[in-house]
Amino acid sequence: MEKLARAHVLVCGGTGCSSSGSKIIIPALREKLQAKGMEDEVRVVETGCHGLCEMGPLVIVYPEGVFYVRVKPEDVDEIVETHLVKGRTITRLLYREATTLETVPGYDKIAFYKKQKRYALANCGHINPESLEEYIGADGYEGLAKALDMTPEAVIEEIKASGLRGRGGGGFPTGLKWQFTRAASGDKKYVICNADEGDPGAFMDRSVLEGDPHRIIEGMAVCGYAIGSDEGYIYCRAEYPLAIKRLRNAIAQAREAGLLGEGILSGKFNFDLHIKEGAGAFVCGEETALMASIEGRRGMPRPRPPFPANSGLWGKPTNINNVETFANVPSIMRDGAGYFASQGTETSKGTKVFALTGKINNTGLAEVPMGITMREIIYEIGGGISDGRNFKAVQIGGPSGGCLPESLLDLPIDYESLTRAGAMMGSGGLVVMDETTCMVDVARYFLNFTQDESCGKCTPCREGTKRMLEILNRICEGMGKEEDIPLLENLAKSIKGASLCALGQTAPNPVLSTLSFFRDEYEAHIREHRCPAGACAALIGYTITDKCRGCGLCKKACPAGAISGETKNVHVIDKKTCVRCGECQAKCPFNAIDKS
Amino acid sequence: MSDITVPAVNLTIDGQKVSVPGNFTILEAAREIGVHIPHLCYHPDLSREGNCRVCVVELKGARSLVASCVYLVADGMEVHTNTPWVRETRKTVIELMLANHPEDCLFCVKNQRCELQALAAEVGVRQIRFRGEKRKAEKDTDNPAIVRDPEKCILCTRCVRVCSERQGLDVYTSTNRGFDSIVGPAFGLGLDKVACSFCGQCTSVCPTAALTEKDDTHEVWDALADPEKYVVVQTAPSVRVALGEEFGMKSGGIVTGRMVAALRRMGFDKVFDTDFAADMTIMEEGHELLHRIRTGGVLPMMTSCSPGWVNFVETLYPEILPHLSSAKSPQQMFGVTVKTYFAEREKIDPAKIVSVSIMPCTAKKWEARRPQFDDSGYRDVDIVITTRELARMIKQASIDFAALPEEDYDAPMGISTGGGQIFGATGGVMEAALRTAYEVHTGRKLDNVDFCEVRGLQGIKESQVDFGNGLILRVAVAHTLRNARKLVEKIRAGDADYHFIEIMACPGGCIAGGGQPYPIDNDVRAARMKSMYDIDVQKTYRKSHENPAIIELYDTWMGKPLGERAHHLLHTRFAPQERLK
Repeated sequence: MEKLARAHVLVCGGTGCSSSGSKIIIPALREKLQAKGMEDEVRVVETGCHGLCEMGPLVIVYPEGVFYVRVKPEDVDEIVETHLVKGRTITRLLYREATTLETVPGYDKIAFYKKQKRYALANCGHINPESLEEYIGADGYEGLAKALDMTPEAVIEEIKASGLRGRGGGGFPTGLKWQFTRAASGDKKYVICNADEGDPGAFMDRSVLEGDPHRIIEGMAVCGYAIGSDEGYIYCRAEYPLAIKRLRNAIAQAREAGLLGEGILSGKFNFDLHIKEGAGAFVCGEETALMASIEGRRGMPRPRPPFPANSGLWGKPTNINNVETFANVPSIMRDGAGYFASQGTETSKGTKVFALTGKINNTGLAEVPMGITMREIIYEIGGGISDGRNFKAVQIGGPSGGCLPESLLDLPIDYESLTRAGAMMGSGGLVVMDETTCMVDVARYFLNFTQDESCGKCTPCREGTKRMLEILNRICEGMGKEEDIPLLENLAKSIKGASLCALGQTAPNPVLSTLSFFRDEYEAHIREHRCPAGACAALIGYTITDKCRGCGLCKKACPAGAISGETKNVHVIDKKTCVRCGECQAKCPFNAIDKS
Repeated sequence: MSDITVPAVNLTIDGQKVSVPGNFTILEAAREIGVHIPHLCYHPDLSREGNCRVCVVELKGARSLVASCVYLVADGMEVHTNTPWVRETRKTVIELMLANHPEDCLFCVKNQRCELQALAAEVGVRQIRFRGEKRKAEKDTDNPAIVRDPEKCILCTRCVRVCSERQGLDVYTSTNRGFDSIVGPAFGLGLDKVACSFCGQCTSVCPTAALTEKDDTHEVWDALADPEKYVVVQTAPSVRVALGEEFGMKSGGIVTGRMVAALRRMGFDKVFDTDFAADMTIMEEGHELLHRIRTGGVLPMMTSCSPGWVNFVETLYPEILPHLSSAKSPQQMFGVTVKTYFAEREKIDPAKIVSVSIMPCTAKKWEARRPQFDDSGYRDVDIVITTRELARMIKQASIDFAALPEEDYDAPMGISTGGGQIFGATGGVMEAALRTAYEVHTGRKLDNVDFCEVRGLQGIKESQVDFGNGLILRVAVAHTLRNARKLVEKIRAGDADYHFIEIMACPGGCIAGGGQPYPIDNDVRAARMKSMYDIDVQKTYRKSHENPAIIELYDTWMGKPLGERAHHLLHTRFAPQERLK
């Protein structure tokens, strides 16, 4: 047994904080504590993601729960000397609320966390993800133990009663899926965890895998017991090396402890796991393509039915769930379905993890109860729009989703309402946009993504998304034609209707939702050759006004040599040579350069 | 394939009630009640991919359209095949294919034979609203048999499937993704650099001109126009039961006489029959088999007349080459004989002879160019064209094929037996060989020449024939290279307890070879096959060794089967081919 420590210093070791320096802070802290002879009384713990990635690296000191942000290696001495030795809080390292600029000492007082209900993320940032003991200490594997005392049918009933629906985007009732796979005939069945998170800006699954890997193992084992499977695969993209490392470590620990393998918890249930690293094709998040990839074939979807529940991996009945879905299972089993079912809306129960990105103050990961409004997420948790700008739209659901305008900010978030609004839950990416974002350009960005990630198997997705992208490019370049909008709508309808898999069936959504809420921006590009947001390079221009004092800074800054003028005289920009980079405007000390 | 033992389900299609087995697709169910659903990537011989999305239909209660070629029927299903959404989508899908396709239909070799073109007309595409980037890729013209033009590919993957499922070769695969997707051999290599057998089945299923036979018709026209040349032609057994289809006749229609007439009108100096050479092949191969049995040679002996099969062995299984009969294929026996025996007999300078063959096969183009096939002192066979190319030439010559009189082949190399004729169907070589080998070995007359056990479309057929004196001849017959591989693996495992094995690379044999008119399915194969046996029955002679022209050839010039001259002219060697496996 380790000795009890008087203080714990939790340093975030998630990918975000690691990139911003926590990898250096952790050894520095340990070294400093050792030098002070305090290594036995203060324990440094590398945790998973806390969610407030914008403010990383994050350091939390317990027992006080003081929350330090943007900690640098040079702050380590002060943390040890001032906080750990003298017991004083270091104010300059405290978090400041984006809206009030007040410092907040405690973790639980921060607006970003106040509205959250961390259920799937309960352990993330609080335990050492490389320690089985810490997971068990946080009531881990209790859900599995409970499940193994029940009949598989009763486990499925419990999941059904919780109202849990697939968190990967589709929202199919999880218990029902398990029931189908259990009912399918076949001796050999598989459990697959879809950890091929690929939406731009999404990192929910990565954080769970990095921060609480045992939770996924436990969730999958419960599923294996329920459906009658003894073998599972975690399909994780190779771009998540830390997640894979922690999963491997956790699987080895679980095997060692009899939580995986033969005779789990000394009973009759056998279950083991493999990790399959995906090469990063977006389409491999589609379940049939994912299975093809595990089988060693080219990751391309096939038509359904048959559904994986009846004919999945190597033709065997297979249950595929997303990481976040499995992450909810252990607590549902441990606490019973009641708590989960009490959260959320009529049709969408429990909580959902969202990745907040874009023009928002608090970017990061937030877990909220279903039914919360977009306004609460953006303004209360997210701290509002950055740089004092105005909100324009929020993109939800990734490349398959849509952009919602201000008028829909009070929409309670659940599967049905989002779909009705032309977006979708998706895996939970939220990209916030302000007035400087061009909505045609946004649609083009997502179309470019899906077009690039289309596997090429079916005609509408392969050829259709290419043509949609060409039309959007043309509009952004001011070469749009009046008939382009109906053409986009017509193409979108065919692609949605006829594509083989969900990638193609949803690819037109970003275009359709921007067309429905921001049609005027498309029309301005086409009819007036104007980009209202001033974002489309081909449609903007810079002019020097008579505020110019002829200092020549703009001339020096211009990479294209487009600016001419004598010193102390008003300068001129040659529109033909100008590359519209905006460097001149940025350098002008007199605000004499206008963008139009 | 649909199995009628599966319980029936009831559904409606366009308001009509239909009851079909539960494993029918919507497309198949619709066909039962005469509802035609346009389709493209679907092919009756192949697995269903559902990738072209032309066959989409509306299903009550479904969010999106479904591909009827893969979607199975279910009780209570309500299908609509002709709604505005379906029609508009179908048209857009085809328009999208055309937007990434060269618009050279008028000059294309597949003009009026192209399924994409026909579909565009059927659904009423009248314009292409999308003008943008098109796929740029180089043609593969590096081999003598097949031309691959990726710019005309619509990625239906029929070639991928036929090569994998029928031939087990997996020459084609999808590479890159999205709009950059391309179907072709690994690493962008040419077909001659990979394990392609040149069977041409891919050209037979390709709906567009992305995969076609290499066109050698101009060379034939040049030869015919050259007054210095003496142009002889041979026609393979299966050409006469398929050529008529190119002129709107029913599948399997026998057009031997009209084909001979057409060739004469085109200007060939002699119109001969590969059937004659097939009889020679039986003489040599039959004697070789008996020789191997008597002398303890390598058994089982395997046929070597299918050039796709020979390529397969040389490329993938060189260690079993000793099992291959050293007898040349009928095409090559014909070629060498025409420039020696025939030239001598008719006192024609063999240097002036241009030997043309009409084959159901693309691999025969490759075979004719093998370096070893110059035993006559010249290129034994100069030009090989397929049945499809012949049809094009007849059209170019403005010959009204249907109105032609029936004419006979020229003597002596146009005289043949039923044994030579049935070479073109799977099991035919075996049957012909048994007819001759039995009589040669036993010295007794065969009462019943029909060896029905080796006939038909079953993948691998086995039979045994009592040759007397304790010799029970055990034989096997396989068609398609996938089935061939099973027998090869059996040989490698030491489990192939046969004396003789016949292999045809193409499904059904030459009647459905890679150079034959399309479309081809099992009904077409069966019709052509039946005609092969109908011709056999009508022949005066049905056993190769009874062919009077063959008897004369051996008596007056060739000597004995396996004799010195025959050994030099009619037998060959095979060698491993180094290609990417």
